[in-house]
Amino acid sequence: MQRKSNFLNITAGLGYVFLYAPIIALIVYSFNASKLVTVWGGWSFKWYVELFKNDQIIDAALLSVKIAFISASLAVVLGTMAGYVLSRFGPFRGKMILSGWITAPLVMPEVITGLSLLLLFVAMEGMFGWPAGRGTGTIIIAHTTFCMAYVAVIVQARLSSLDETLEEAAMDLGAKPSSLFFLVTLPLIMPAVISGWLLSFTLSLDDLVIASFVSGPGNSTLPMVIFSKVRLGVTPEVNALATIMIAIVAIGVIAAMWQMRRQARLLKPE
Amino acid sequence: MTSSQVIDMQSSTVAAAKTVPSWKQDGAEPFVRIENITKKFGEFTAVDNVSLDIYKSELFCLLGGSGSGKSTLLRMLAGFESPTSGRILIDGVDMAGIQPWKRPVNMMFQSYALFPHLTVADNVGFGLKREGVSNGEVKKRVAEMLDMVQLGHLGKRKPHQLSGGQRQRVALARSLIKRPKLLLLDEPLGALDKKLREETQFELINIQEELGVTFVVVTHDQEEAMTLATRIGVMNNGVIVQTDEPHDVYEYPNSRFVAEFIGSVNLFEGQVTEDEPDFVRITSPEAGAALSVNHGISCAPDQVVHVAVRPEKIHISHERPEQKDNCLQGEIEEIAYMGSLSVFKVRLPSGKEVRVTQPNFTRHMGERFTWNDKVFLYWDEDSSVVLTS
Repeated sequence: MQRKSNFLNITAGLGYVFLYAPIIALIVYSFNASKLVTVWGGWSFKWYVELFKNDQIIDAALLSVKIAFISASLAVVLGTMAGYVLSRFGPFRGKMILSGWITAPLVMPEVITGLSLLLLFVAMEGMFGWPAGRGTGTIIIAHTTFCMAYVAVIVQARLSSLDETLEEAAMDLGAKPSSLFFLVTLPLIMPAVISGWLLSFTLSLDDLVIASFVSGPGNSTLPMVIFSKVRLGVTPEVNALATIMIAIVAIGVIAAMWQMRRQARLLKPE
Repeated sequence: MTSSQVIDMQSSTVAAAKTVPSWKQDGAEPFVRIENITKKFGEFTAVDNVSLDIYKSELFCLLGGSGSGKSTLLRMLAGFESPTSGRILIDGVDMAGIQPWKRPVNMMFQSYALFPHLTVADNVGFGLKREGVSNGEVKKRVAEMLDMVQLGHLGKRKPHQLSGGQRQRVALARSLIKRPKLLLLDEPLGALDKKLREETQFELINIQEELGVTFVVVTHDQEEAMTLATRIGVMNNGVIVQTDEPHDVYEYPNSRFVAEFIGSVNLFEGQVTEDEPDFVRITSPEAGAALSVNHGISCAPDQVVHVAVRPEKIHISHERPEQKDNCLQGEIEEIAYMGSLSVFKVRLPSGKEVRVTQPNFTRHMGERFTWNDKVFLYWDEDSSVVLTS
């Protein structure tokens, strides 16, 4: 392999510094013994201990994980259905609207997504009394809405690179559309479905803006709690919490990437 | 394949040739009837008003270049495409509106389309399980089928652990296990190397004769079509140009397209000067001699026709032969030694290039002729064919 030029080395180095320096600083400071965030006072685990004593944060974290789990699961089912229809149904009336609607949450500012969902929930409550008030349920609905867009895009991409003759072969051997989907198509796109789930889980866990719009009193997710704490001045506890979240998200992202690679290997043996 | 199997195969084709084939019997009921089928994709006509009858136990080859419509026709038989107009009858049943999973037809795909997430045995058994056959029965029939294609020991492997030839057999086993009345094969040997392809050709014929299934094979490879087929349908631009037995397609092509598509051929343009019921003489300035053919043709007087002569039917010699007609003079321009035969390219005074092949009977055959030799080319009256289209 040719030696990389200095220019490339510098560019790569700058990229890494910009991306990872803040994260590394945060992780290091989470082990800071000092009570003041900006003053280094030696290594300590005490803020991790403090963190686990703080019920408010632990409750918020559990709520966030519960919301992320449910909305990722719902988003995977709906998103897979949408992706399947978009790539296999052929041209149909309203296809443009559906594919536009699928990509909209990806490009729309979160503030607008959040506001529009809030308006919808309020209007629906006024008309049929459901959802009564805002809370965990409305956050799950909102997160499912924007996560399924990601799942649909991933699944659609996977399906369009999948050899369609595999599905024709299944039909030719007597598989009706339902068994075709569950016995051939779904196993083949499973890696994409799994990475879609992992991505949805992380996205839901991360989200602050949309959750702030559609949550009700007493239903603060973890990002909401952190954000409100930061406004009153950052405590080293938050650094510890942020480090744990980075670890969880990193595991999720790595797992998703590993799934993608595995699927590429499985389907392209040569 | 052992040599004794090859001999068996040959003797069985000889035996089969003695009985009158079904497509020559009057009133024989075709198994597949394609009636005036047209398929359009937008403005493009892929298949143009094709009618074709295929009989039971035939091994019918659809031969054509890419874009000739042969694959589209096959996909309509399988039910993956629906015809724009016309109808398809299989075993007397109109296939209009019948979904692929309900047709008595199975297909072997060019890419084999083996399910990568299933084992070889599960791939082969897939079709039976969809029919609701019991697990024990599925196991038994899968084992039988894998033994037939000599893969009994590989049932637990995944497709990506197999070689190309093994995958091809799995695909064949999978498409045959439901005992379809009609098997469609899309370029079945296309992905195999030359040697494996030749062996597999004979195995396909054996299996087809053993099971008595009707095969429809799509191929662009004329050698493959010649070896496999009971009859060949040559397709071009969505139309079937000629349907005949391999021998007749080669020896009696009905048009310049067929003559040039199958094998190589020398074509001489000329005008008919004598037209008897069993004799035609043609003057061809291109050939520089009178050409005669011992079969009659139906054509207008003075019509421009083409005389087609296959390279292997032309004799080459330094001495002038006795015959006057069908005798050309030229100069050897190129010689290609191909091992079993030699190919000569001879330039005529008119500038026309003629291709002649000679089997190398002895080891020194090729040395008798050399570049720039003046030679005579001649052939018999019944070696050439007159083409009017």
